Amino acid sequence: MIVSSALMIWKGLIVITGSESPIVVVLSGSMEPAFHRGDLLFLTNFQEDPIRTGEIVVFKVEGRDIPIVHRVIKIHEKENGNIKFLTKGDNNEVDDRGLYKEGQNWLEKKDVVGRARGFLPYVGMVTIIMNDYPKFKYALLAVMGAYVLLKRES
Amino acid sequence: AGQGGEMNTVLSRANSLFAFSLSVMAALTFGCFITTAFKERSVPVRIAVSRVMLKNVEDFTGPRERSDLGFVTFDVTADLQTIFDWNVKQLFLYLSAEYSTKNNALNQVVLWDKIILRGDSPKLLLKDMKSKYFFFDDGIGLKGNRNVTLTLSWNVVPNAGILPLVTGSGHVSVPFPDTYETAKSY
Repeated sequence: MIVSSALMIWKGLIVITGSESPIVVVLSGSMEPAFHRGDLLFLTNFQEDPIRTGEIVVFKVEGRDIPIVHRVIKIHEKENGNIKFLTKGDNNEVDDRGLYKEGQNWLEKKDVVGRARGFLPYVGMVTIIMNDYPKFKYALLAVMGAYVLLKRES
Repeated sequence: AGQGGEMNTVLSRANSLFAFSLSVMAALTFGCFITTAFKERSVPVRIAVSRVMLKNVEDFTGPRERSDLGFVTFDVTADLQTIFDWNVKQLFLYLSAEYSTKNNALNQVVLWDKIILRGDSPKLLLKDMKSKYFFFDDGIGLKGNRNVTLTLSWNVVPNAGILPLVTGSGHVSVPFPDTYETAKSY
């Protein structure tokens, strides 16, 4: 019952926001002091939303799985709407060209997973801890399982 | 049976305490967000440009094509005091140039940026600033461009809540020269 409602809420969020990952956890410090590792970002990905400088976009480099959260610092948009843009982490000295694919100088709309619209600090730390320390994840599951069992007994 | 009873009490008290603290924190966070969500976050800004120069070189920042490279020296005055409140962690300021060329209907280039944390001086009084980032065009669209507009904008980063982009009221239009500067330095 809980699992199916959680799943419904998640799927509902995906539809409402238009993004395949409507909520992401910040994994690196490249956007400090605004975002720190463990913060939570809420994304939307409406196609009609134009990409403009200053926006914080979450993008994936072709061939890589990890989404990157950085700011748009340069855009060149054609009349037909085709746009190429450049990103940079607030806390980085240089732009992201070193992170893109070999020979790639620009990002395109298709690389964008979403635009950061909302922010909640610290809450995502739990997923990072569970990723970095799998023993913690198992311990947590064990405690939750034990709690359910104990509750039933009384 | 007695010991089992105590353990249960401790656990259930810990559970209630945890749930209560979580609810209080969530309520405070939501309060932070909702009390500032609809606030006006724009202030007047004064931008002036004292010097403009244009070169045409190979874009060494990435695409290896000969492109227009602009140099702008500017002044910026703004008082951002009223934007800061209990739910503003920092402002990410950026000065951007917006213009149109034959090659691209819309171009935007961030020339300069600055982070102002809550507690830092919110009054901006910059004179004779050179751009932080290279102002390369995607082509040769800066030459003779009469309408390059500079605006100052900021991303409001809250303690919790929405991340709006706000543009200050006040901009300046910069006409770029028709010829390239051949002298070595700027």
